[in-house]
Amino acid sequence: MANTIEGATGTWEYVIGLEVHAQIISNSKLFSGASTEFGSEPNTQVSPVDAGMPGMLPVINMTCIEQAVKTGLAIEGTINRYSVFDRKNYFYPDLPQGYQISQFKQPIVSEGRLVIEMEDGSEKVIGIERLHVEQDAGKSLHDQDPGHSYVDLNRSGVGLMEIVSKPDLRSPEEAAAYVRKLRSILRYVETCDGNMQDGSMRVDANVSMRRPGEEYGTRCEIKNLNSVRFMSRALEYEALRQVDILEAGGKVAQETRLFDVGRGETRSMRSKEEAHDYRYFPDPDLLPLRLEQELINGIAASMPELPDAKRHRFMADFGLSPYDASVLVAEKENADFYEAVAEGRDKKLAANWLISELFGLLNKAGKGIEDSPVSAPALGELLDLISDDTISGRTAKEIFAEMFETGKAAGVIVEEKGLKQVTDTGAIEAVIDEVMARETQKVEEYRSGKDKLFGFFVGQVMKASGGKANPKMVNEVLKTKLDG
Amino acid sequence: MTPTDLTIAQARDLLAKGEISSMELVEAHIDAMESNRELNAYITETPEKALAMAQDSDARRAKGEGNGLLEGIPVAIKDLFCTADTLTTAGSHILDGFKPFYESTVTTNMWREGAVMLGKTNLDEFAMGSSNLTSYHGPAINPWKARGDNRSRVPGGSSGGSASAVAGRLALGATGTDTGGSIRQPAAFTGTVGIKPTYGRCSRWGIVAFASSLDQAGPMTRSVRDAAIMLRAMAGHDPKDSTSADVAVPDFEAGLDKGVKGMTIGIPKEYRSDAMAPEIEALWQQGIKWLEEQGARTVEISLPHTKYALPAYYIVAPAEASSNLSRYDGVKYGLRVEADDLLSMYEKTRAAGFGDEVKRRILIGTYVLSAGYYDAYYLKAQKVRTRIAEDFRHVFGHVDAILTPATPSAAFPVDEPPSDPVEMYLLDTFTVPVNLAGLPGMVVPAGLSGAGLPLGLQVIGKAFDEETVLRVGRAIEQAADFDGRPEGY
Repeated sequence: MANTIEGATGTWEYVIGLEVHAQIISNSKLFSGASTEFGSEPNTQVSPVDAGMPGMLPVINMTCIEQAVKTGLAIEGTINRYSVFDRKNYFYPDLPQGYQISQFKQPIVSEGRLVIEMEDGSEKVIGIERLHVEQDAGKSLHDQDPGHSYVDLNRSGVGLMEIVSKPDLRSPEEAAAYVRKLRSILRYVETCDGNMQDGSMRVDANVSMRRPGEEYGTRCEIKNLNSVRFMSRALEYEALRQVDILEAGGKVAQETRLFDVGRGETRSMRSKEEAHDYRYFPDPDLLPLRLEQELINGIAASMPELPDAKRHRFMADFGLSPYDASVLVAEKENADFYEAVAEGRDKKLAANWLISELFGLLNKAGKGIEDSPVSAPALGELLDLISDDTISGRTAKEIFAEMFETGKAAGVIVEEKGLKQVTDTGAIEAVIDEVMARETQKVEEYRSGKDKLFGFFVGQVMKASGGKANPKMVNEVLKTKLDG
Repeated sequence: MTPTDLTIAQARDLLAKGEISSMELVEAHIDAMESNRELNAYITETPEKALAMAQDSDARRAKGEGNGLLEGIPVAIKDLFCTADTLTTAGSHILDGFKPFYESTVTTNMWREGAVMLGKTNLDEFAMGSSNLTSYHGPAINPWKARGDNRSRVPGGSSGGSASAVAGRLALGATGTDTGGSIRQPAAFTGTVGIKPTYGRCSRWGIVAFASSLDQAGPMTRSVRDAAIMLRAMAGHDPKDSTSADVAVPDFEAGLDKGVKGMTIGIPKEYRSDAMAPEIEALWQQGIKWLEEQGARTVEISLPHTKYALPAYYIVAPAEASSNLSRYDGVKYGLRVEADDLLSMYEKTRAAGFGDEVKRRILIGTYVLSAGYYDAYYLKAQKVRTRIAEDFRHVFGHVDAILTPATPSAAFPVDEPPSDPVEMYLLDTFTVPVNLAGLPGMVVPAGLSGAGLPLGLQVIGKAFDEETVLRVGRAIEQAADFDGRPEGY
């Protein structure tokens, strides 16, 4: 898939901007003391503030604010020491106050950036317009009763960060890379769990199409995308829809659209004319939020190493390829696992084993690294056995499969199965002599110039040794004997 | 003296001496409430709760405990304060049947100080009004009548029920709330004392919101001393209200009688107009004279942006109200008018649940916050508000307090209210600037109109300087020697 679409009348380019809603990790809600625990019985995590009871007042939960500051620093944004909470007014049953408390004109973070890496190894800087803090709404339940809808307010008032990118993304792939990267950063700084299935991270995508280099066209907003895959599909569909309209000489109507996952298409939710007038104004129940520089400095000092820094360190200090480094740092848990394995060992060997072996098996088993049956020290032990020539790389793969299956230690499996590599020259010579005695015809052919047969002999010797002979030694001794 | 005629201070002293019990006080008030229902001062009477609380108070006292500021004192609560398990209506149809499971901070503070609740008093719907005529539960009636005129008069609003109850001897004191004059104007109309403290002095938590940046609770009593006692019991920092001030609450009563000698009192020239009724002007001059006679110096001051206060108020307050009242949608509590779809349910519920004045303000508020109008109205009004606060700050550099009339006129008959809404809004001309600036303001009865109806004077003070306001108020009270007793009560 390319950055552009070839229409009947020429080339069209994507212009995409994303609004990511990320649920803040905190024990209690943004403006009340109620718990934020997910998956509880409906309406059990609700304070009178979250239910919009008369006379109830919001009080800012500073933990949520600190999380937002941390995230702002992680996306290299400007932390605004003065920000304002506004009311966004609209009626909906899952919005008990009749307004959402959000930040409109003066957000807590402005002007950040994020680097995305594409599969070809290229990098691109994506601008971030702002990050603001707001409260989540509840949830309407329409499937409980044929005649009534119900409302679950457990989520009402939970703190969200809305992170708004600039319209810098030029393809669904870039959009996907952006969401994955943002998710990775949020998980590194532990301000959002990034769990898109549970709705802890949702994406609204703004997309328009234009002739490359020309002015932006009219955009549509696709609401509430809850997976990277759906987002990419929605963007592709929407791009084609808009190109069709534009090429037919029509105009794209500015509107809000929904992605119908089943049909794989977007459809209109409300037009610009139907758009709400939210009548934002500063919430008089809350004083403007003023942050002390010391608070910001303290959070800055406690920041963990972020994926970009870690990736560059892996490349510079460990000599990893950009691709391997990217794969390893995407999830902090993977990177930590890798560093535990690589500590004091061959860095590239460790990287290869994680990426091609461990991740492969984990993927197949549908497990995350935190559930890996092979621990970092256990994998380290296996790599040590390779490095000191106790086992060959090929044997190691078999052993690893068994480790993954049974959870046994590599050394134990080697002992049990007698897989220890043969490095005794005499023993190897004996096997070679036996093979050469059996294959006199082939020896003749080799000696009369058919060099290619060398591989055949290596194979035969390895087979005869039950795969245990040290391949390097087999090569050396075989060469001497055949040429002798 | 009959128990209902006592001041809070007198009742407190008698209780301390064991010459009266809380039970006796409460029983006398329950009788008075029953025999004066035509005042419609209460929406909900809570005699059983009152008797139980009185019994508890007497028991505490018997054990040598119970030294709260309001120990055993029966009071009325404006029905805008949420009171646990007791109907809370805000004077509106839309809160039908609403019994909160929580107690407002201010009433919690009062119960902690030993006060006893007699019931919930009538008010203009959602505190929007200056007459108590907008209450869904019918108008509260002023115990005062004009000489030779038997027509019922309004007690003012929005805390009209509280004012009627206090003036009519149906409570020793009552809570009010004041967004643009809702404590002070009814105090003036009923010959009672009402103080709107500094914004942030009393917690707003648990008070049904009208305009959050202006709303403030305060006491309504029959003497300045009682106001001082009650305010101390109501006030205090509340972490549940982000706009509540973390400022110590002084013993307001302690300095009450220190007098005004050496004080400088500002007389704002912008409060004087050709349209001012001569008897209001005369009362104001009388007030100036009283203070001067007691050793204060009066100076003319200028508050140049005063004329913009009322228009700015009628943008800011409805704007906030339009948003605050969005939660009354039929979904969660109170009235719901069933309909076939959500939008119709919203429309029918709100059409049936809100009265005309509330609807008018929701419409104004929605309009001034709308895209394209926000800057011209809301933002401009906020700028005016800043200027008004600056005006006050400037003069408080050289005056200790400000003296103004409380209202442009005395109470009008229930049947002859001002003919249009704006004329009604003008009743708050003298009180509104104080809310916009967040300052303390008190109304003290100062005399009777030509027709024999009470008139009040307003004292405005510096932020968190209620002590000075109370001292000046006390000086006026002493000089006026007002007999705050409507005929027949």
